[in-house]
Amino acid sequence: MSPRYERPVIVRHALGGADKFGAANAVRPVRDFEGVSIAELVAAHGSPLFLFSERLLRQRVRELRSQLSRRFDDFVVAWSYKTNYLGAICEVMHQEGSWAEVVSGMELDKALGAGVPGARILFNGPAKSAADLEVAFRTGVHVHLDHLDELELAERVAERLGLRPQVGLRVHIGDLPVQQWDRFGFTLDNGSADQAVRRLLRRGVLELTALHCHIGTFVLDPAAYRHEARALARFGRRLEREHGVRIDSLDLGGGFASHNTLHQQYLPGEELTPSLGQYVEQLADGLDEGLEGAPPPRIVLETGRAMVDDAAILVATVLANKRLADGRRGVVLDAGVNILPTAWWYRHDVLPVEEPRGLAEPTVFFGPLCMNIDVVREALMFAPLEAGERVVIGHVGAYNVTQWMQFITLRPNVVLVSERGEHAVIRRAETVATLLQQEEVPPWLRR
Amino acid sequence: MSSDSSRLRQLAVSESGFVFDPLTGHTFTVNAAGLAVLSGLKAGLDVDAIAASLGASFEVEGGEDLRRDVDDFVLRLREHGLVK
Ligand SMILES: Cc1ncc(COP(=O)(O)O)c(C=O)c1O
Repeated sequence: MSPRYERPVIVRHALGGADKFGAANAVRPVRDFEGVSIAELVAAHGSPLFLFSERLLRQRVRELRSQLSRRFDDFVVAWSYKTNYLGAICEVMHQEGSWAEVVSGMELDKALGAGVPGARILFNGPAKSAADLEVAFRTGVHVHLDHLDELELAERVAERLGLRPQVGLRVHIGDLPVQQWDRFGFTLDNGSADQAVRRLLRRGVLELTALHCHIGTFVLDPAAYRHEARALARFGRRLEREHGVRIDSLDLGGGFASHNTLHQQYLPGEELTPSLGQYVEQLADGLDEGLEGAPPPRIVLETGRAMVDDAAILVATVLANKRLADGRRGVVLDAGVNILPTAWWYRHDVLPVEEPRGLAEPTVFFGPLCMNIDVVREALMFAPLEAGERVVIGHVGAYNVTQWMQFITLRPNVVLVSERGEHAVIRRAETVATLLQQEEVPPWLRR
Repeated sequence: MSSDSSRLRQLAVSESGFVFDPLTGHTFTVNAAGLAVLSGLKAGLDVDAIAASLGASFEVEGGEDLRRDVDDFVLRLREHGLVK
């Protein structure tokens, strides 16, 4: 029998050992997810398809909790809603003991609506309204104040309600060994945090009990947390000394990296990303240095992407192959940056569902949008793919099903697969009817 | 699509699809179909004849446009400077 035909391909060898496509040459197909075949899942729920593993979600949170319990007696893990606020995902997190960390009135309503007690909700964010603050104070939510106008607004709301709520201040620490977010919170180094504290104490309407800081996201250097914890602990102790304030909770925010790979990163995330244990170790050492034997406050973490990113995949279907002007092969998928905005940050893994056959060649994966920016993955060595074949995109659990947009195509089903292989839709695919439900045609345009 | 086969004849091509270009020192890998197209070009066959020979030596499912594939492959050879 003659061999099966594959399109003729020529691939030039790169100089030196490792080529610029990294380790992507050694591909293993992903035939199933949590023991259920991808084919069965797509037959049941369509393509593209987001798949979340309940087992991996729980495993990651448990791992973080276990690492924290080795160094701290009193700690809280709060689920960063913005990272993924699908009800089923939040439910898994809350079942694993996580509080809710919210940054808007919408997220606050979602958490309260899901039955999370106010006392287990942290409210961050730079844009809290009077109405948001009122709900928060009435339900005992922990509010972290971001700036002076917000502090004043919170005082007015509390006075009106006749309450004296406990609040936290978000601070921003200078000179960390990471590129950090500096537009949030009160700056520690230039005295504006001190100024805010003095103001808050002078008015006496609010009670200051917590400090909060979030240094950035995808922080690859665990030592940054040592600096952060040390600076925050020192500031807390100084407030105690100077003002007699008792800070009983230090919130170190989120920012741990997942096993994704940033575009600018050379080594793959699988090799480079620090373990949760390494982050916790640094953080705990920094805290010890800052406390110098003083009794430790409660430690709070708001870890987002490191909890969910690796627990989900996106299944996509090949629509077409094309040859690009520069000779590379382009593969058009039914999933684009509209549902995978993290493709702008990450060199996502793309893996075949079937055993690769044929010679791999440099391949670019595009989405279905008629836009230049719709690149799912650039420069990957990939074996031939026929239209109708499926691929799997890895590490997609964080920020996609919150930041995706309904643009040109509709958003697909999101499915949770349990440890026993049960699978259920946790967010239904949109239809044109979903869109039309939100629209109105004014009377004068109606025919 | 015509191609000058003198340049191609300089290439060292192994049976396993390893290609060495003595002019530049570059090395390449071709798959089985690529190897067949290369030998066709070296022998001076035209695109139609090469496409027909691919159809004869491989199990083809039916949907493929072999001519287009050969054209496409020749373009790649040109980008690599292996044909003019
Ligand atoms: C205040 C706050 N906490 C936690 C997080 C979660 O961050 P990550 O997903 O990097 O862990 C964010 C992300 O933007 C944040 O702004």
